[in-house]
Amino acid sequence: MHLSSEEYARLVRQAGPPSPLGKDCLWAFCVGGGICAAGQALRQAFLAAGADGETAGALTSCTLIALSALATAFGWYQKLAARAGAGTLVPITGFANAVVSAAIEFFPEGRVAGTGAKMFTIAGPVIVYGTLASAVYGLALWLAGLI
Amino acid sequence: MEYLLAFLTGGLICAAGQLLIDLTNLTPARILTGYVVAGVALSAAGLYGPLADFAGCGATVPLLGFGHLLAQGVRQAGAEQGLLGCLTGGLRAGAAGIAASLVCGVVCAFLSRSRDQN
Repeated sequence: MHLSSEEYARLVRQAGPPSPLGKDCLWAFCVGGGICAAGQALRQAFLAAGADGETAGALTSCTLIALSALATAFGWYQKLAARAGAGTLVPITGFANAVVSAAIEFFPEGRVAGTGAKMFTIAGPVIVYGTLASAVYGLALWLAGLI
Repeated sequence: MEYLLAFLTGGLICAAGQLLIDLTNLTPARILTGYVVAGVALSAAGLYGPLADFAGCGATVPLLGFGHLLAQGVRQAGAEQGLLGCLTGGLRAGAAGIAASLVCGVVCAFLSRSRDQN
């Protein structure tokens, strides 16, 4: 039996498992949406307790981060992330998970060179380029104000 | 209603991230960095503020919202302090989230060192 490479690729696609893309996205959508809805519930609670909008937002972020850190320390967040992918990565809880899991994992390499340094493996670039982008934006606004 | 809007908007932002992971092989660090920078850009273009008003935590909890927070901080501090505010505004606005993550990371590492991570 002689097959061209196109025919062979088509047969491989037919025989292989169906693309998980739709399933991955559905998981990410539901889990990510759920984390945001949980954040909304926290925000409403802080607003109801008398915090102003800005404070309620900061408290919501800090609470989500603390919950994510707890879930990471117990190993639950990683289990969820194995299925939810970007649903657990993109919310602020994913940022916290990246910091906390590296801090725990590299503790045996030392408090300074392990935990202290390696917790910035993912958080570092995020902070660096976020700060850079905001400084560039601020400079642009300042220059626009001079004109 | 606001819970539904938060769920749908946040879900869509995460599903877009999943498409990036599955279709482009970007690493998580690149995706998170890209989301924050994109958040700054969208906020600078005046697009993210209305979305945050519309979707609440659906827009502010994903890392795009962290970029929006940095941009908002720079706008405010720049108006008050001029050029110095361009440097201080972003990190000042993001300080709570960054410090909370770092403190939680160190505390968890010290407390759970004896536990097997697998």
